Order: sequence, then structure tokens, then C-alpha cells
Amino acid sequence: MAQATQNPIRVNSSRRSSVIRNLVAWAGIVPFLIFVILFLFWPASSLITGSFQNQAGAFTLQNIIDLFTPSIMDAYMLSIQISLVTAIGGGIFGFMLAYAVIQGGLPRWVRTALTTFSGVASNFAGVPLAFAFIATLGHTGFLTALFADKLGIDIYNLGFNLYNFWGLALTYMYFQFPLMVLIMAPALDGLKREWREASENLGAGSYQYWRYIALPILWPSLLGSTILLFGNAFGAYATAYALTRTFNIVTVLIGDQISGNVLFNPNLGYALAFGMIVIMAISIGLYTWLQRRTARWLQ
Amino acid sequence: MKKKINLWAWFWIVLGALYFLVPLYGTFDFSLREKRGVLSLLAYQNVLADPRFRDSFTYSTLMALATIVVGLLLIVPTAYWVHLRLPQVRPLIEFITLMPFVVPAIVLVFGLIRIYSGPPLALTNSDQLTNFLLMCGYVIISMPYTYRSVDTGLRAIDVRTLTEAAQSLGAGWFTILFRIIFPNIRAALLSGAFLTFAIVIGEFTLASLLGRPAFGPYLVYMGNNRAYEPAALAIISLALTWAAIGLIQLLSHGRPGQEQVGGVH
Repeated sequence: MAQATQNPIRVNSSRRSSVIRNLVAWAGIVPFLIFVILFLFWPASSLITGSFQNQAGAFTLQNIIDLFTPSIMDAYMLSIQISLVTAIGGGIFGFMLAYAVIQGGLPRWVRTALTTFSGVASNFAGVPLAFAFIATLGHTGFLTALFADKLGIDIYNLGFNLYNFWGLALTYMYFQFPLMVLIMAPALDGLKREWREASENLGAGSYQYWRYIALPILWPSLLGSTILLFGNAFGAYATAYALTRTFNIVTVLIGDQISGNVLFNPNLGYALAFGMIVIMAISIGLYTWLQRRTARWLQ
Repeated sequence: MKKKINLWAWFWIVLGALYFLVPLYGTFDFSLREKRGVLSLLAYQNVLADPRFRDSFTYSTLMALATIVVGLLLIVPTAYWVHLRLPQVRPLIEFITLMPFVVPAIVLVFGLIRIYSGPPLALTNSDQLTNFLLMCGYVIISMPYTYRSVDTGLRAIDVRTLTEAAQSLGAGWFTILFRIIFPNIRAALLSGAFLTFAIVIGEFTLASLLGRPAFGPYLVYMGNNRAYEPAALAIISLALTWAAIGLIQLLSHGRPGQEQVGGVH
């Protein structure tokens, strides 16, 4: 506000002109607001209202109740499981990498390389990522063939399958852990060396340092990042679709519903999307809140 | 003590490098094996000779360029105005630019189809208007990244002083925006542009469900019908992503501060 009152464009300070000035100021962001309303808020809210209507357009809660039928609940559960597993797995792995490169006393170039690769890998997703894993770990993939030729091991006989839950999880991890590296790096930079030295001077061991100093500072960003990873996997569609068309997660079910009305009830489809928006809103909200808490420590 | 920490750190780095590189090497190796028994570039030749590759790639490139231009024209003036005149609105704008994360691509396209496939605004009845709708969807998807780069760029310059100086020399708003602000934050604009390009070029969800002949749906089509060409296409896509991200990092002069949170999966 202080900045606004120093505005040099101000002509005079009578109340009426300041109202006009305010309106003019707001007018500057109107094109942006119209655009996001037309192409984001209106479409999204139409799905929300549609999920509370029956096919005749009257208000109903039936679609929300129908979300709890087993086939739809299964899809949500599978989405939640794959997102949880890859968020926690990717979170731990990404944290270890970020910690190793920032606090592990490694040469500077390792950090630069890791940051660059994380930028690439967190954006290398969707269809090409699925192709890469099929070419590597599919039935005739590079690693599958390597294990068969050199070691005489058929990994598919051992129970590995790229096209099931764990195969999909392995593929998702490829964009999950780099994202963790990117978000955790600034938080770990904020962990000052002096704090460790001070705690060691006071006789604290490694356990005490982590328990009483590092973790209390890091936990909001650790938790926040893991939640963001959860949302990142939860909204993923292209990767799962290209890897295995029949994998019954919520996004794939919505895709099927859009292209073929497989639920035989458009409004149930909207409710499905509404459920996704709710879960994504909760995770992004928690992430933002936790990021704000972290920001206090990062100067 | 020091040595032990180093070993442990290297262990994780090697593991991370393997996770990153093995699928890439595997894909590259696989892409060379179309001819039985010898390594060849046949899969790449097939892809490059395929007219659908050229058409879909051109389509997505044009789509990316349109998205970049429209996105920047929408976001730069808005972010500039918020910096200059409406600092109290910043939390609202930041909230709005987070919304594309809350509404994933698959849900967004569902909503777009619901609104724009029937009267009064039946955009999906015509190819040109569907292209327009797809581009608007891409502007929404890339908005969080574009806004973030532009905002970082504006924070780094003195918007107020530049504006006042330009005004006192008689410049109008158009001149201020296009001859003062845009050139001064061009590194940030280019970062946003490259990231948008990386997101749009292989995007599948919106393009496929709106039925447009983009590169992403072409990739899936090839995945259904060919064995080795998809690997070649994955390598080509990776090279593009790498180029885009590499250019961004070059522009930020190795400052890792500007994080890019995720793409569209």
C-alpha cells in the first residue's frame, strides 16, 4: 500500500478521483481475469455444478453418492496408492540426492549437473517417458534383454512387470525424484553449517543434530514437497495412458469417460472430476501453506 | 569423518545417475536395433521420412509459438501492472496462477469440452476454433511457469523508476511495455518461453481429447503401431527438452534459484 500511495501518476488526492484511479488501476488486469474466467474457472466450475445435477439438470447428490461405488472407489484408491508410493519413494530418494550434493562436500560441478538433469527429467514426462521405459524394461527392452543374455535371468519370470502397479511406479519415479531435488535444494541451502558446528561444540551427536535442529527446520518443506509430489502423480494422465491403457486410475477413467461416456452418465463423470479437484486443492493448499512456513527460515 | 560422508554422498549420486541414465541409454540402444543384427539409424530415418511426423511436429511447434506469444501478451502487462499499480492484488494473482495445478490437464479439457462443445459457444464444431481453444488451454497450463519467470524478472528490475523515466520523456503505455519492460526482462521472458515450448511440444492430454493432430497424439499412434520408432521419438523429444532446459539454465547464468516445478505428465 505504501508503494501505491507514492504513485507519481496521481493527479490529485480528492476522494472521487482516487476511486476513479482505483477503477482504472483494476482495469489493467481485466483482460487477464476475463481470460482465466473463460478458460479455467468457468470450465472447472461447470464440472463442479454438473456433478450436483442429474441429467435433467435438477439438483441431486446422487452423483457424489455414486462415487462411492466399488469400481469408482477402486480407481481413486489406485490413484492414491500410486501417488503415495511415488511421492514417498521419490521424496526420500530426491532428498538423499539433494542432501548429498549440497551438504555432502561434493565438487561444485556435481551440483550443477544434478540441477540441470533434474530440470530436464522433471519435464521429460508423458508419452516419451513411457516409451523410454518400454524400450528399457519392456518385454524386449534393453535391460530385460541384457539380463536375459548376460545372466540368463528373465526378469518377467521373476515377477517383474512394467505394465502393473510397480512398473508404473518405477516410471513415475523418473519425474518425481528430480522434482524433489529441485524443491528441496533451496531448503537445504538454508541449513547453515554454523548450526551443525555449534551443536557439535555443545556436544551433540549426529542423532541430536537431526532430531533437534535439522528436522524441525526441514519438516515443513519435506512434508510440503512430498505433498506436491503426491499431487504431481495424482494428476498424471499421459504417462499412464501411454504405458498401459487399461490401468484403472482416476485420470484414465476420466479420459475414457470424455472419449466414450463409459460411465453412461455424464454427470457422474463430472463428479469424478470434482473429486479430483477436491484432492488436488487439498494437496496444493497444504503445500503452499507449508512452503510459507519454510520461507521464514530461508533468508 | 569427512571421508565417510563423501563416500555416502557419492553412493546416492551414483544411484541417481544410474536411474537417470540407464533408461536413456536403453532407449537409445533400442532405437538403433530396427535392423536385425546391426546397429542402424533406420528408425530415425523412418520417423523423419514420415509425413505425419512432419505435419504433427509443425502443428505442435506453431501451437507452442502461439501459446508463447499469447501467454506473454497476457501475463507480462498484467504482472507489470500489478507491480506498478496494484501490489495489493498480488496474492490474488498468485492464487490464480496456482489454479492450473489444482485443475489437472485432464480435468481442464473435460471442462473446456463441456462449455465449448455446445451452444452458445460451440467452438469445437470448427477445426480453426478448436485450435484456438487448444491454444487457450495451453496458455492456462503454462501460466504458472510463465507468470513465475516474468514475476522473477520484474522483481530484478526497478519497474517504477523505469516507468517514471519513460513517462517523463513522453512515452505512452505501449512504448513503455514494448520498448522498456519487455527488453529489460528478456532473459525471464525467454526462460518462460522455452519452458512453455517444452510443455506444449509433446503435450498429449488436451490435444488428444480435443482431437487435434498434434505431436503428442502422433507419438501414441506410433507407440501402438511400431516397435522401434517410438524409442527414436523418445530420444528426439528428450533432445528437445534438454535443449529447452539447457537454454533456460544458460540464460539464468547458472543461478539455480529459479525452480521449475514439474511439467505436464
